[in-house]
Amino acid sequence: MRNLKLIIQREYLARVRNKTFVIMTFLSPLILVGMFALIAYLSMLNSSEQRIIGLFDETEMFASEFKDQEQVQYLDLSGKSLEEAKQMVNEQDYYGLIYIPENIDRDLKGVQFFGKESPGLGTIQAIEKTIADRLTREELIERGIDVNQLNEAKTEVRIEIQNFSGERTSKMSNYIKMFFGGAAGYLLMMFIIIYGNMVMRSVIEEKTNRIIEIIVSSVKPITLMMGKVLGTSLAGITQFTIWVLLAGVLAMTSFYVLGIDIFTVQKSQLETVEEIAQPEIAQLVMDVLNLPILSLIIFFLIYFIGGYFLYSAIYAAIGAAVDSETDTQQFMFPVILPLMLGIYVGFFSVIENPHGTVSTIFSMVPLTSPIVMLMRIPFGVPWWELVISIALLIITNFAVIWVAAKIYRVGILMYGKKASYKELFKWLKY
Amino acid sequence: MGLSQGVLFIPILYMENLLVAENIYKQFGNFTALNNVSIAIPRGSIFGLLGPNGAGKTTLLRIINQITMPDKGQVYLDGKPLHPDDIAHIGYLPEERGLYKSMKVGEQALYLARLKGLSKTEAKERLEYWFKKLQIEGWWDKKIQELSKGMAQKIQFIITVLHRPKLLIFDEPFSGFDPVNAGLIKNEILQLKEEGATILFSTHRMESVEELCDYMALIHLSNKLLDGKVAEIKREYKSNTYEVGLDTENDAALIAELKEKFVIGNTNFKSINDDLKLTIQLKDGETPNQLLDYLLGKARINHFVEVIPSVNDIFIKTVTQNA
Repeated sequence: MRNLKLIIQREYLARVRNKTFVIMTFLSPLILVGMFALIAYLSMLNSSEQRIIGLFDETEMFASEFKDQEQVQYLDLSGKSLEEAKQMVNEQDYYGLIYIPENIDRDLKGVQFFGKESPGLGTIQAIEKTIADRLTREELIERGIDVNQLNEAKTEVRIEIQNFSGERTSKMSNYIKMFFGGAAGYLLMMFIIIYGNMVMRSVIEEKTNRIIEIIVSSVKPITLMMGKVLGTSLAGITQFTIWVLLAGVLAMTSFYVLGIDIFTVQKSQLETVEEIAQPEIAQLVMDVLNLPILSLIIFFLIYFIGGYFLYSAIYAAIGAAVDSETDTQQFMFPVILPLMLGIYVGFFSVIENPHGTVSTIFSMVPLTSPIVMLMRIPFGVPWWELVISIALLIITNFAVIWVAAKIYRVGILMYGKKASYKELFKWLKY
Repeated sequence: MGLSQGVLFIPILYMENLLVAENIYKQFGNFTALNNVSIAIPRGSIFGLLGPNGAGKTTLLRIINQITMPDKGQVYLDGKPLHPDDIAHIGYLPEERGLYKSMKVGEQALYLARLKGLSKTEAKERLEYWFKKLQIEGWWDKKIQELSKGMAQKIQFIITVLHRPKLLIFDEPFSGFDPVNAGLIKNEILQLKEEGATILFSTHRMESVEELCDYMALIHLSNKLLDGKVAEIKREYKSNTYEVGLDTENDAALIAELKEKFVIGNTNFKSINDDLKLTIQLKDGETPNQLLDYLLGKARINHFVEVIPSVNDIFIKTVTQNA
């Protein structure tokens, strides 16, 4: 135990003191925040742009319908001829020209939009809606239906989804669950790949440095392997903690520097959202609060540890089996495959049907269960499924660590031998 | 030797032997690395483990260091079966040796010493002593990658002996060392022996065995072919042959005469005289005095020396005999 602690300490310091680690730790959030800030800045530029759209209306019905908005200004050019109007729009560099012919019918045939470039989908939809609304109103009046009465008669239905234990859910909450589950699964995959690779590289380093035999004459190979896995994971946790803290601080400063007031932005956005859908925003907050946050965190930790250890042991064994990093390729595919599979199953199958057969099976299979189950948990998983999945994960962990330790024990003392799968299998019996 | 008779003999064996490896058998897949090899290393001695490359020396050393487990057989240290805690009593300098490149010398030495069970303060004190002794005090904060290979070897040696183990194991200790460092390490090994340490080293370089070892064992193709005191083995392998340098009137006549009585051969040695140089092998029971008597009347004897087989000769002879 004393030696395990010493090894963890050394591995941790070796990782953390590494220049690349330091640079990555402090540069990545900067790059990330810089990117977000740039996008925010660009979209701000974009949205402050004023557009002028010409209107050539032969029916003379719609001029009053197109009301100027913050970013779009409509200019009635109906007094001129169509050719003149087109020419003017072109010369003045307006955004475009709407042409509404005299004999417009209900399916809006004949309405045209002239522009230098094709307009955005949103712009087209807004124009179509404006014209259609007016036509609908005309039609209603023609048929003798009172518009006000019709509006009063409209009812709004919002289905409340509720499970049998009385927890309420909604469409919105499904998105939130997807977001939290997906983020957790994705984070785990990234962590496994980045830090698993670090474990592997550190094993290879000890082999190529030829220090390994000096160390295993003092400690058991499995102690060294576990110390490496644990020390590296602590370095990873340190990095993530720094990222979260830095990202927070940097986001605040960059918003401040760029003059985007995060509070007023949120407020005004909230206000507009509230105007349209006040009950929904309240529901959103409720949904986030309603997530089983404590159990989410606990299961995240369980699957995080289980998954990370499982894969790190495999990475350590691969590192021991080869002489240099270039030889690792043949072994990497079987490691990456289940990870990718987990992510794909998670993003396609779980979101479609969180409790379907595919999702359930993949949340039991130990190599994919950490990712898939993490994505399923926010949707509520029966306790017995969790028990089976975790039990399988723990059993597999022991088995894999046992096998990995055997390969590791033999591999670290093998030099200049290119290991094949057949060779590895033989090592198990040494 | 009675080793295989086991328990009864152990108390006697371990009074004089620090380490006893009994009937060690180890197989890797279909390859037998060690086939019933037994060795006993007397306390306070230097024991040389000889053998060509691939004979199984390193495997035996790894088993003694508990890096590899034997399939059959048992290793005893101080009469007790080897226990994981015994690593504190063993210092091992492997053949494949290196250090962390990007770690500072002092930090690294401290870490490795602490893995052997030393406390931090104890390790630091001893390191300072050794650094001073080998005149490398200035290296503490240097990284290994800044040091030359010879410098790194000094550090490795210090780490091996720092925890004052009863048993020191060196696998090919002089390979890769430059002559200056090799000499330095040799003197340190002898001094450690003076201080009471028992030393086991493996090598395929015979002259170092000649110089240092009290005992030796020869391993070839996974089997032990020979072991015992170096002097006794040499006595056993000598062939009653003498090397002579003779000043005669007629070389050819004397050679013809000698051929009738003895087996003679050509030899060469450094001499300031223009002598007839010969080896003369006596028959069993004949003594060098008889040879001298015989030669006295026939020539002036400038050189007369018994031919003692070198370890190298013994090695080659044994290996070819068993090939």
